[in-house]
Amino acid sequence: MTEPLLRVRDVKTHFPVRGGLLGRVRGTVKAVDGVGFDVRRGETLGLVGESGCGKSTLGRTLLRLVEPTAGSIRFEGRELTGLSQRELRPLRRRMQLVFQDPYASLNPRMTVRDILGEPFAIHGLERGREREAKVGELLDLMGLPRDALGRYPHEFSGGQRQRIGIARAIALRPDLVVADEPISALDVSIQAQIVNLLVDLQRDLGLTYIFIAHDLKIVEYVSTRVAVMYLGRIVELADAADLYRKPRHPYTQALLSAVPVPDPERKRSRIILQGDVPSPLAPPPGCHFHPRCPYAMERCRRETPPLYELGNGHTAACFLVEDEARKVTQGGQGVLAQSPP
Amino acid sequence: MRLRLRSVGGRFGLAVAGLLVLVALLAPLLSPHAPEAMDLATELSPPRPGHPLGTGENGIDLLTHVLYGARVSLVVAAFAVALSALVGTVLGGLAGFMGGLVDEALMRLTDVLLAFPGMLLAIFITAVLGPSLTHVIFALSFTGWTGYARLARGQVLTLRERDYVQAARALGAGNARILFHHLLPNAAGPLVVQATSALPGAILAEASLSFLGLGAPPGTPSWGALVDQGTQYLLVAPHVALFPGLALALTVLGFHLLGDAVRDALDPKHLER
Repeated sequence: MTEPLLRVRDVKTHFPVRGGLLGRVRGTVKAVDGVGFDVRRGETLGLVGESGCGKSTLGRTLLRLVEPTAGSIRFEGRELTGLSQRELRPLRRRMQLVFQDPYASLNPRMTVRDILGEPFAIHGLERGREREAKVGELLDLMGLPRDALGRYPHEFSGGQRQRIGIARAIALRPDLVVADEPISALDVSIQAQIVNLLVDLQRDLGLTYIFIAHDLKIVEYVSTRVAVMYLGRIVELADAADLYRKPRHPYTQALLSAVPVPDPERKRSRIILQGDVPSPLAPPPGCHFHPRCPYAMERCRRETPPLYELGNGHTAACFLVEDEARKVTQGGQGVLAQSPP
Repeated sequence: MRLRLRSVGGRFGLAVAGLLVLVALLAPLLSPHAPEAMDLATELSPPRPGHPLGTGENGIDLLTHVLYGARVSLVVAAFAVALSALVGTVLGGLAGFMGGLVDEALMRLTDVLLAFPGMLLAIFITAVLGPSLTHVIFALSFTGWTGYARLARGQVLTLRERDYVQAARALGAGNARILFHHLLPNAAGPLVVQATSALPGAILAEASLSFLGLGAPPGTPSWGALVDQGTQYLLVAPHVALFPGLALALTVLGFHLLGDAVRDALDPKHLER
């Protein structure tokens, strides 16, 4: 098996919560709490979960925009954690980020020329007329008019602004693009255009995506594999088709049962989850999902289930699949990545 | 970015400011006499031929001193505000950008300085250093920068988490690029407004210090000093205090209106291309 483009192991991103007069640490938000997966070159890894489950923090941690508290992130075999910002710089052009909010992600005081020229300026590539030509090519690629160059972000629509944001991300032809909810702030009519643009770019430029979203339908459409996050941990990861057809984790099942199906005849059994997502400041012990899980057992309150290997790269962190995992791997070795308690 | 100062107040303010700058620049040409010239025969005379605004102590020509006084007012206020804004923006921006101990230390320092009444501190400083316009500028900036520092810090704190700053970081931009290309241009608006609004205050502060004899050295034409002189002759020669006082009031009013207009013009909702 070839080296994955990105290899993530046991990554944790914790934020101290300070309070009181002396600013003492009152607690820790475990936004990302022991996450591991591989991203293969050319694939799209979908990352889904409710608001606040840590998927955006994870995306930014992978790019070292947020410092991980622990764990290992390897890009083409090179460890990213522990690199200084200076050492990181040459790698930065190879991994980029697309933002959710196209209104906040573009500097309002810069023209499109400056915004799209900045990647080249930072890395000292192409100057003057050559840079102008490169930026012009980017506009063409994005389906934006050339006269956009001298204009400011507020003169564009949401969809156009998102195209500018995507153009900035791919300007230096990165290998990996983390798309953090790239369409959830857009009008429905624009969403499909942007998704198709991203798919086309992936095909034409050989990009690898980590596609963060909460719209399960779109994730299914774009993803090769999908990871489901709940309260800072991955609870299930599988090939997209596999996951959607046969979800194994009760949380994934509940999520998928909430997806509307465009067929009024079809009977659906919805799993309605009770209660809210617990605070990441005080996550429940054991399996984080147990207070809302319809199948919760005594054991779930005490122990944290590891990710069990169920064959075909399908993994799920639930004790319900333990027996099945044992059969798959023959002899109790069914643990792919140990999740810490 | 074009400033739009279309309101009546804005135009008036702009006119007053423009007039003041013009007068300050052309004072030697506009004045009928030299500022040092004394005409002891006409001491404390009301307006008369040769002295359109009358004369003051020792027969100095009031019009000449009011015109030259514009220089002092404008230069001291401009330098005091510029120095305050520069120091405050740099320190505040740094505090917001670096955070941690630097932030803590700088912000506590501003707390301490803000706890003193600014004018009292300025009086103290000029009293210790002696009357000189440079000392006035220093004294006013000594406390003046704190407002800009807090503003700049707040701006940087909110701006540095913006997505476009994160995008620049993700591209590998260094601190200098982020500060000068992304943070400061977006923080500039409120700082410019603050500086414009601070001008009339600085003009008044200089006048106050000069009125107390702590500002312009004796003999320097300054509105505050002229008003001080005039208070001694209010009953016999009220014009000595009246004309520089009017000039001061008009100037402060004009700059206030200009400040308001600049604030409105820089409001993001009015921002155009």
